Amino acid sequence: MRDLSFHRGERLIFDRVNLDIPQGKVTAIMGPSGTGKTTLLQLISGQLRPEAGRVEVDGICVHALQRQELYQLRQRMGMLFQSGALFTDLSVFENVAFPLREHTRLPETLIRTLVLMKLEAVGLRGARDLMPAQLSGGMARRVALARAIALDPQMILYDEPFAGQDPISMAVLVKLIRTLNDALGLTSIIVSHDVKETAAIADYLYLISAGRVVEHGTPQELDCSASPWVDQFMHAHPDGPMSFHYPAPPYAADLLGETPA
Amino acid sequence: MTAWLTGIGGFVLHNLTRLGRANLFLLRLLGALRFLFRRPGLLIKQLYVVGVLSLPIILVSGLFVGMVLGLQGYANLVDFGATSSLGTVVALSLIREMGPVLTALLYAGRAGSALTAEIGLMKATEQLASMQMMAVDPFERVLAPRFLAGCLAVPILTGIFTAVGILGGYLVAVVQLGVDGGAFWAQMQAKVELFADVGNGVLIKSAVFGLLANWVALFEGYEALPTAEGVSLATTRTVVITSLAVLGWDFLLTALMFGVW
Amino acid sequence: MRQKNLELMVGLFVALGVAAFLILALKASDLTSLGNDQGYRITARFENIGGLKVRAPVTLSGVRIGRVVGIDLDPQSYEAVVTLSIDPRHNRLPTDSGASILTSGLLGEQYVGLEPGGMDDYLKDGGVIRLTQSALVLEKLIGRVLTSTAAGDAPQK
Repeated sequence: MRDLSFHRGERLIFDRVNLDIPQGKVTAIMGPSGTGKTTLLQLISGQLRPEAGRVEVDGICVHALQRQELYQLRQRMGMLFQSGALFTDLSVFENVAFPLREHTRLPETLIRTLVLMKLEAVGLRGARDLMPAQLSGGMARRVALARAIALDPQMILYDEPFAGQDPISMAVLVKLIRTLNDALGLTSIIVSHDVKETAAIADYLYLISAGRVVEHGTPQELDCSASPWVDQFMHAHPDGPMSFHYPAPPYAADLLGETPA
Repeated sequence: MTAWLTGIGGFVLHNLTRLGRANLFLLRLLGALRFLFRRPGLLIKQLYVVGVLSLPIILVSGLFVGMVLGLQGYANLVDFGATSSLGTVVALSLIREMGPVLTALLYAGRAGSALTAEIGLMKATEQLASMQMMAVDPFERVLAPRFLAGCLAVPILTGIFTAVGILGGYLVAVVQLGVDGGAFWAQMQAKVELFADVGNGVLIKSAVFGLLANWVALFEGYEALPTAEGVSLATTRTVVITSLAVLGWDFLLTALMFGVW
Repeated sequence: MRQKNLELMVGLFVALGVAAFLILALKASDLTSLGNDQGYRITARFENIGGLKVRAPVTLSGVRIGRVVGIDLDPQSYEAVVTLSIDPRHNRLPTDSGASILTSGLLGEQYVGLEPGGMDDYLKDGGVIRLTQSALVLEKLIGRVLTSTAAGDAPQK
């Protein structure tokens, strides 16, 4: 898994960012909200094309691929969306079976076995007949995870896996991501702003902000980084180099000044 | 003044762009239809959703429209002692205009809006993106079956609407008002042409309207902003645009088919 | 099982659609009269056909026996050549039958009325009706009435 450098957008989202993601490890990409972490995942998976630079996965330049080749590559990738993105008109079982049915011609009994194995891995074998609407947020995400690993991918992209979870389901997800990564020899990329959980499972961290990689290293290295910005982010101080305020004209001038015509 | 002109220019450009996108969308949609040869099951399911489930409203409306036509026609024709041509009046207005147009409008309200909301929500909840990530083309898997099913359903519904409408006219005219049943059918048969009226009106018109209604519905859903507001706006737009497009095209088609040269 | 039910419902839906089209074809538009095009053709020449249109009925003693299938203009004589398709069941039309263009009711549409002649030979495919009477054109009719009353008035004075 090699490296990318690109910048993009009328709004500059990434300014010549370079990232290396090692194979078989859990790499986390962290940063404040709105820094384009999700965009980064979309670039890696080829949903978006960079304006300049290259995104390579396994030595293949993702955005130079034809649609057919891209789809072949994606069969080796799994992605867990922020919302889970389960198909609401299909049951849990059918959701997990979906990629298998679409891409393989396996007999029904084998599909059943595979789906139950994947569901067992996330601890939801008993929920197979429920509809997505009947699941809690944490369960939905676990089902989505089971679906993402249905085709035994080499790489999984996690988009904010911990956002909006209660402590217990968060702990479950943390454990699942780690175990799955080690058990299946996956390459995992996590995009998140939940510092504590992410630091707990990641082998390597990238911090990005304002379109640049601010710092990178192992969680231990970053935890005691000298940079005030990293310190603010890692230990969640409300104010610091990263301003609390959205860019605005001086406060007094704004209050006293006349409304712009 | 310049702001005014810029406004108009922007509006025109925006809508031209949208029209272009809609046409590219249609091309992709038509290209994806091949996929259905491999998965006819998907088509059947959608035919059920847009066709069978629209039946009640079509049956009831058709019956009432036919009955109203019977009443109104009778009230006007009785002054000329021409009630025997009531069959012709009812059948021709239904077959040439009311059947195709009203069915398309009802379809837009019943099924088109639902299609838009469904696609828009699938987009908003990242279901379409996750499908792409699983290397499944949503055009083939989601949009194409709905499109073809809709295009087949509208002519079928139109045929049913028209037939039921004629029956409604018969009930009012013959059973209730005592018009001679033989004259009712005979006059109708003498004036209604199979190809010029039934073929042009029920088949060609409804095929065009079906294409329009489903194209608009799917496009609006696919282009909807992935928010609650965006989806509700798109649903409204579907009904409005479909209605206008159907009425506009109806005028063009009528001028082409039945126009007096 | 659910899939089977679904297929049944859709099958029913399509069958209903086909039935509706059959009703429209048979009951509303009288598909059977379309078969009449196998009828034999005869032509008749008229000086003026008025508002006669293709597909107008052809009747004999008020009974519909065929329809107009073609209207053309003879470039030499400037006469209208009307082609009639007659149901083969009515194949005993005498060769000296006459044809006139009539109007059903005061404002109704125009049709071709045939009056049987007395000959023993019958019209065959490609036959020609010689005795024809043109459509009554309202303006001409009024004109004629006016001139005849004017002519009738003159001697009295």
